Amino acid sequence: MATGTEPQMNTGGVRQGSRAAIAAPHLRTDRWWLAPAATAAGLLAFVVYSTWRAFANADYYAAPYVSPFYSPCLAENCEPMRAGPNWEIFGSWWGLSPALLILIFPLGFRLTCYYYRKAYYRGFWASPPACAVAEPHKKYTGETRFPLILQNIHRYFFYAALPVAGILTYDTVLAFRDENYEWGHMGLGTLVFLVNIVLIWAYTLSCHSCRHIVGGKLKHFSKHPVRYRLWQWVGKLNARHMLLAWTSLVSVALADFYVFLLASGAFDDPRLF
Amino acid sequence: MSSYEARFKVWRGDAEGGGLEDFKVEVNDGEVVLDIIHRLQATQAPDLAVRWNCKAGKCGSCSAEINGRPRLMCMTRMSVFSREETITVTPLRAFPVVRDLVTDVGFNYEKAREIPSFVPPAGLGPGEYRMQQEDVDRSQEFRKCIECFLCQDTCHVVRDHEENKAAFAGPRFLMRVAELDMHPLDEAEKTGVDRKRTAQDEHGLGYCNITKCCTEVCPEGIKITDNALIPLKERAVDRKYDPLVWLGSKIGRRSP
Amino acid sequence: MSQVERQQWDVVVVGAGGAGLRAAIEAREQGARTAVICKSLFGKAHTVMAEGGIAAAMGNVNERDNWQVHFRDTMRGGKFLNQWRMAELHAQEAPDRVWELETWGALFDRTKDGRISQRNFGGHEYPRLAHVGDRTGLELIRTLQQKIVSLQQEDKREFGDYEARLKVFQECTVTRVLKDADGRVSGVFCYDRETGRFFVLEAPSVVVATGGIGKSFKVTSNSWEYTGDGHALALLAGAPLLNMEFVQFHPTGMVWPPSVKGILVTESVRGDGGVLRNSDGKRFMFDYIPDVFKDKYAESEDEADRWYDDPDNNRRPPELLPRDEVARAINAEVKAGRGTPHGGVYLDVSTRMPAEVIKRRLPSMYHQFKELADVDITAEAMEVGPTCHYVMGGIAVDSDTAAARGVPGLYAAGEVAGGMHGSNRLGGNSLSDLLVFGRRAGLYAAQYASGLTGERRPSVDAEQVDAAAAEALRPFSAEGPTPGEPPENPYTLHQELQQTMNDLVGIIRREAEMEQALRKLAELRVRARRAGVEGHRQFNPGWHLALDLRNMLLVSECIARAALERTESRGGHTREDHPTMDREWRHINLLCRLADPTGGLAATDPVRGQISLARETTEPIRPDLLALFDKEELVKYLAEEELYE
Repeated sequence: MATGTEPQMNTGGVRQGSRAAIAAPHLRTDRWWLAPAATAAGLLAFVVYSTWRAFANADYYAAPYVSPFYSPCLAENCEPMRAGPNWEIFGSWWGLSPALLILIFPLGFRLTCYYYRKAYYRGFWASPPACAVAEPHKKYTGETRFPLILQNIHRYFFYAALPVAGILTYDTVLAFRDENYEWGHMGLGTLVFLVNIVLIWAYTLSCHSCRHIVGGKLKHFSKHPVRYRLWQWVGKLNARHMLLAWTSLVSVALADFYVFLLASGAFDDPRLF
Repeated sequence: MSSYEARFKVWRGDAEGGGLEDFKVEVNDGEVVLDIIHRLQATQAPDLAVRWNCKAGKCGSCSAEINGRPRLMCMTRMSVFSREETITVTPLRAFPVVRDLVTDVGFNYEKAREIPSFVPPAGLGPGEYRMQQEDVDRSQEFRKCIECFLCQDTCHVVRDHEENKAAFAGPRFLMRVAELDMHPLDEAEKTGVDRKRTAQDEHGLGYCNITKCCTEVCPEGIKITDNALIPLKERAVDRKYDPLVWLGSKIGRRSP
Repeated sequence: MSQVERQQWDVVVVGAGGAGLRAAIEAREQGARTAVICKSLFGKAHTVMAEGGIAAAMGNVNERDNWQVHFRDTMRGGKFLNQWRMAELHAQEAPDRVWELETWGALFDRTKDGRISQRNFGGHEYPRLAHVGDRTGLELIRTLQQKIVSLQQEDKREFGDYEARLKVFQECTVTRVLKDADGRVSGVFCYDRETGRFFVLEAPSVVVATGGIGKSFKVTSNSWEYTGDGHALALLAGAPLLNMEFVQFHPTGMVWPPSVKGILVTESVRGDGGVLRNSDGKRFMFDYIPDVFKDKYAESEDEADRWYDDPDNNRRPPELLPRDEVARAINAEVKAGRGTPHGGVYLDVSTRMPAEVIKRRLPSMYHQFKELADVDITAEAMEVGPTCHYVMGGIAVDSDTAAARGVPGLYAAGEVAGGMHGSNRLGGNSLSDLLVFGRRAGLYAAQYASGLTGERRPSVDAEQVDAAAAEALRPFSAEGPTPGEPPENPYTLHQELQQTMNDLVGIIRREAEMEQALRKLAELRVRARRAGVEGHRQFNPGWHLALDLRNMLLVSECIARAALERTESRGGHTREDHPTMDREWRHINLLCRLADPTGGLAATDPVRGQISLARETTEPIRPDLLALFDKEELVKYLAEEELYE
């Protein structure tokens, strides 16, 4: 373990001159790197997968299921989905994948989310990599300036995430049809969609901005009993925000992947009834 | 009772320099790291400097870094380490060292003075205060703080960047701002102090990137990030970045 | 050596616990330039350890409560030895002192109608303790600390300097109170623990608020600071100590693991429904209700359990007897072989309340047992036993002004002051004591100082400063009994002292043992003069301990001598050879003074020692206060002639 008796290295941070002279950037003996490494790997895997799927512009509809990456589908080049989330707001001039039009919102929501911020600041930025482990940056200004000061608009992405979650709920309802659009049926995909939408809602409502808006901003809970109850309820979800962030991330990818398997013909949806 | 000999490395020195010194010391059942430091004092190093008081996790004096992690020595049981492990104890590394395990925590006292105090409501005398339990719950959580300054020590904003100390109050004192802003009877706003705004403008809330180390090290289990810092950030957004809230408050204020 | 730095202040407060900070706030608000000096960091004082609450008859939970009832409970708890005027002022002023804390930002737990919630506690007839979970002391210290910061912010606005009128010298120790030629206080001699530098604060008023003496005992709930500094400073300055034999052993301290033995388990555990059982599973406290309390406590478990919900029609459970009774009972059970494996008894809440309620109402107890003993108190019983907790004796003071007797300019408040609690303190009465008498000490200290301006200020004598410096430096040049031998290790001496006091002047006392203790103390005193330290003056704990030994030895001798003298059992003083309370002793105070008033500490004669003891008859209790009690009750306490008056 490196220690030094020549302190005035003045290399800043924990090795700054007035601090106890210890050369090592940290003295942790546990596997502190495991959490940021796993976080980075998980996020990276999702980015790679979702980038591929978002740009693929194919295999996102297999009646009655539409991939959550492509819903709502807002361009003319969308695959027609019967009674599905097709709104041709963008005309024929849009030649790219329609997923890109809508993914901005969930992406922005998650990018500015207080949990994901922690995850990527630690995992990608190493700022800090782990607690009491020196970060490699010379300067640090946090979220005080552009662009990171934009994190403050998280609540607008929360507002945007609400209708998106609503539409995905609608998609889940549509999943109670069979491939011939007959109502009252369920397949394995319906279950996948159900799990996904529950997690999406739980993640969305457990948002810190949501907690603030429903009641956190109040000074006197006692004067707003209903909002206090809501705040408590959101608070309980919020305590699991990290868990919900990950499970909903996995579930949305799984839902998409399931649709991909069906649409590409690699798999047949087992019908339950 | 079983006892064994443990290997310790304890940082000894002062502002001029120093390093880790090796010790072999007896450890008995149920002991905590502070017991071992005391045994070192009594038997091997009588002038080993260490701060401590209550030895029950209530005063927050014996903060140090044990195997690189900021902890209270009195609340770190020896049983969490294996008998073979060498245990390293150093002073807090975010503050200037005074001697051995003692650091100069003056930074925290300076920051405490910069937070505008509670402003009692005009027109309410002593004994006339009425507050509902649900209205004081949030601030009460923050008032559990024992000021061990482990959160201030672990926060990379100042730990890794000495130059940020001037602008950043640190988790403990941002939490104090949150505590006062959530106090049901605080009237700072009537005296022209907008705690929501000054949290960011004067106490450096924007430096916080909510990486939660303060919450991780808090020996009182206070959810500093989720319950104080993030709500405070949201309150700052209300004031500074949310035109809808701003508009709402303007309209709200005009209507009788 | 007289070039020691000197500063001028109006009032110097020694100690930054509840009493010291409250005194400082008051003195500063009276306009006095006030310095606070404390051994630890600001805000770390032992007051943070107080868990249960602040006793104040606000009547928020039971409106029948008032100051008279509180006064009555306090006198009963103290077995009528209390300085009654203090008990009266305390009961009258405590509510104002609590309410005032709210205006400084304190957040107590609330009742349904939004007022300060109050909880039951041993010896208090009604729910009376304002509290914040089980961390009331922390709330108190933090509130006072933040009030001081707010006063400093005012000064910053007015003078551009936070410390213009109120300054905290943290991590500094006072070793001597200095006096002028007329015997008036002129200042204090201090050293800075961090640097080892000496300095003198000149001031006509000194408020001593240093807390207690628990570190002279091995099993104690007290922190390292509790070395009896204030007691010793007052003694050395010529002020007498009162009734030092009364030491409270809190009935419930942790007994296992050894490293935490003595750490407090709050009385709230019992106040909220916890019960004591022996190893046979029996709730033994029903067997230990003394005659004087027979009609106030339940006789059956059923009645006791009903009391929690219907206190008006049932008597309280005997677990809530005053602390001295419970501590003795536990001691007796363990001695009779009905103790737990680690030598305590069981304190159980797990079968009495749901786990969530326990975690909500006793969070730090839950935390403490989980972290330190690996015991989940929501699932199993705690093991507890008596631990040295509080000294009722202390500096003899004037009830109204908190002025120490015999030394103009010296004031004392809080645990270091004697009299208020008589022979036994009720839980919750210490925090209110700190506030009530802290404020009074600050008030009168500031008034006294304001009358001594300019030429009339007592001057600091350079010779006294030199002597104090030499005394403080002694441990660096200490030698063994013969030249060449190593000096004594202060840590070893401290351990021997703690063992002696614990074994020989502990919870149950015997004449022969106390005589033995006095001989041992004399031996330790000689050896302590040879206590030496290694290293230099910068933050050297060995040196600090060597200096504190003087104080612990002085105070321990006071306790042992007074305990030997008082041939009865009362409150925090239990004599196996004199097991009953004696009405003739009710009106006797024991005063300890320095045997050699010139201040020399050379006295090493084990028979005579450093302390001389005097008896004093107490002032009769004012008739209107006596009238608050039933005649039948008074008969149990008061001597015949007192009753007739």
